[in-house]
Amino acid sequence: MEIKNIPLNELDVEPINLLKKMLQIRKFEEKIEELFLVKGTLIGPAHLYLGQEAIAVGICSALKKDDYVITSYRCHGHAIAKGVNIKKLMAEMFGKETGTCKGLGGSMHAAISPEDGLIYATAIVGSQIPIAAGLALSNKYLNRKIATVCFFGDGAVNTGAFHEGMNLASLWKLPVLYVCENNLYAEFTHITRSLSSKSIAERAASYNMKVFIVDGNDVISVYKVAKDCIEEIRNLNGPIFIEARTYRMKGHGVYDQAKYRDPNEVNEWLQRDPIKIFKEKLIKEKLLDEEGYKKLEREVINEVEDAVRFAEESKVLEFNELEKLVYFEK
Amino acid sequence: MREITFVEALREAIKEEMKRDEKIIVLGEDVGRYGGVYKVTQGLIEEFGEQRVLDTPISEIAIIGAAAGAALGGLKPIAEIMYMDFAMIALDQIVTQIAKMRFMSGGQLKIPIVIRTQYSLGRAHGSQHSQFFPSWFVNSPGIKVVSPSTPYDAKGLLKSSIREENPVLFIESGVLYRTKGNVPEEEYTIPLGKADIKKKGDDITIIAVSRCLNEAIKASNILEGKGISAEVIDPRTLIPLDINTILSSVKKTGKVVIVADDVKFCSITSEIAMQIIENAFDYLDGPIVRITSPPLPVPFSPELEKMYMIDENKIIKGIQQNFGYKI
Repeated sequence: MEIKNIPLNELDVEPINLLKKMLQIRKFEEKIEELFLVKGTLIGPAHLYLGQEAIAVGICSALKKDDYVITSYRCHGHAIAKGVNIKKLMAEMFGKETGTCKGLGGSMHAAISPEDGLIYATAIVGSQIPIAAGLALSNKYLNRKIATVCFFGDGAVNTGAFHEGMNLASLWKLPVLYVCENNLYAEFTHITRSLSSKSIAERAASYNMKVFIVDGNDVISVYKVAKDCIEEIRNLNGPIFIEARTYRMKGHGVYDQAKYRDPNEVNEWLQRDPIKIFKEKLIKEKLLDEEGYKKLEREVINEVEDAVRFAEESKVLEFNELEKLVYFEK
Repeated sequence: MREITFVEALREAIKEEMKRDEKIIVLGEDVGRYGGVYKVTQGLIEEFGEQRVLDTPISEIAIIGAAAGAALGGLKPIAEIMYMDFAMIALDQIVTQIAKMRFMSGGQLKIPIVIRTQYSLGRAHGSQHSQFFPSWFVNSPGIKVVSPSTPYDAKGLLKSSIREENPVLFIESGVLYRTKGNVPEEEYTIPLGKADIKKKGDDITIIAVSRCLNEAIKASNILEGKGISAEVIDPRTLIPLDINTILSSVKKTGKVVIVADDVKFCSITSEIAMQIIENAFDYLDGPIVRITSPPLPVPFSPELEKMYMIDENKIIKGIQQNFGYKI
């Protein structure tokens, strides 16, 4: 089933909150890009979420704090949407002890924060898919009304882990919501050059589970479909699969200029910027004006600047602390 | 004391722990209705039900992945990988996921998983069902590695592994499954990281891993007949490795033989030998002798496999050649 153009009045959450969350991700990621490319403060891999904000925000706004999220290395957006402290997230980018993972994970694992329901973020494409099945198994076994959401990209659907994980989740009827963010590129390769199935949704359907296709640049549609799915998952039914169709505004990693993309394709998608679409909708409905938007934007920028300052001022973990973190010791 | 088989000892350990802790589940290929391909999990599904004993598809990535997720969600999974060779299919999940989770999350995550597997060297299973390669895993900080050689150790170590809050790779030897040994009826556990001196001696130290322990004991009996007293040590756990017990023996005897079924190059014997050199070089009377598999894939032909494998004669020969004993 395909879901798009859901009207604003179907939202049962404050629309400004959704906009704010999306803006937080946008401004966070723009700052990260600047810190890498302009200031050179940050190094290492980082995979920006720019352009996909409506998906993380739409899905996570339908979750409770103790619901589980497991994701990939393109994880900053999910962390923010799930409610992680932005200062801690930024400090992780800087490798500081005040980071979500004490600076040992970095950008690719920054979305590990169990206290926020952010269970795990992996840097190996597709590996989270069977792990998500296991999380769902624990909830089903312990009869906990906790939903598990697993985010991954279109590249993950061609891994063995995807096949094995999807098959198991369906076979055991595990309460997990799989959210594939199809941004059309697996690293630098267009989906038409990597996917043999007609679509990701079609492949998912072959595992005998409910499948939805949603306009991933429309936060209302994403929220709406997530809300229904998560209700089912929380009642320990599932699995359910959502293919959210979207576009990566930037390259695969922060250094990738993505020149392999057709400029027309890029321009077309930039017109469909999820924040722009939602903002215009809110203005049209008189729920927001240009001034209100600017104010919100400034607020968010300040928050990100504070986070950078916090990260810069934080310390790096003592090296001799590392050996205590390899194994759990009673 | 009563005698039971290696398989029965393992099964008892799992059953006792499952009775003790409802968060323990068992998953793997044919572990449920079929009872496990080597019958280790026989009867569990009848006793504990399908909720706790889960038959999986032939999907090693999903077995370990699901075990990892279940552990992150608060369960204590025991995952069976039918042959150690198949663990390679799930190497990402074992080495890159579960072994790293705790560290790279800054200590936030706890991953109590036991991965039980076995190697079938000695049963004519050919190149792809016989491999023993602990060094692939001991090289991955974050996972513990156990390799018992007797039913008594198997039970006590498996119980401790299940109670661990860390991932444990528990490597069994298929040829040992039907061997019998004394196992008390009373509850006991054996801590990880404690080697066991299987036979006391003064002239020579033989360190033997898993299946090779029995061969080392046989060799030591031959030596005994010739008036040579060998001390035989089973490290029992490879990570953490109880090097101190080994070093104490080496300091006493000055002669060392290390025996294990993996191929020599970068094997577990390499590491044990190097740690002895680093810590007790001055006590050594001569070079350390390593008895390992030759640098070949395991041949199928039962006759050739027998020639490929370590036995007491190869150990004796190594001792003769290197220490000048006439045996």
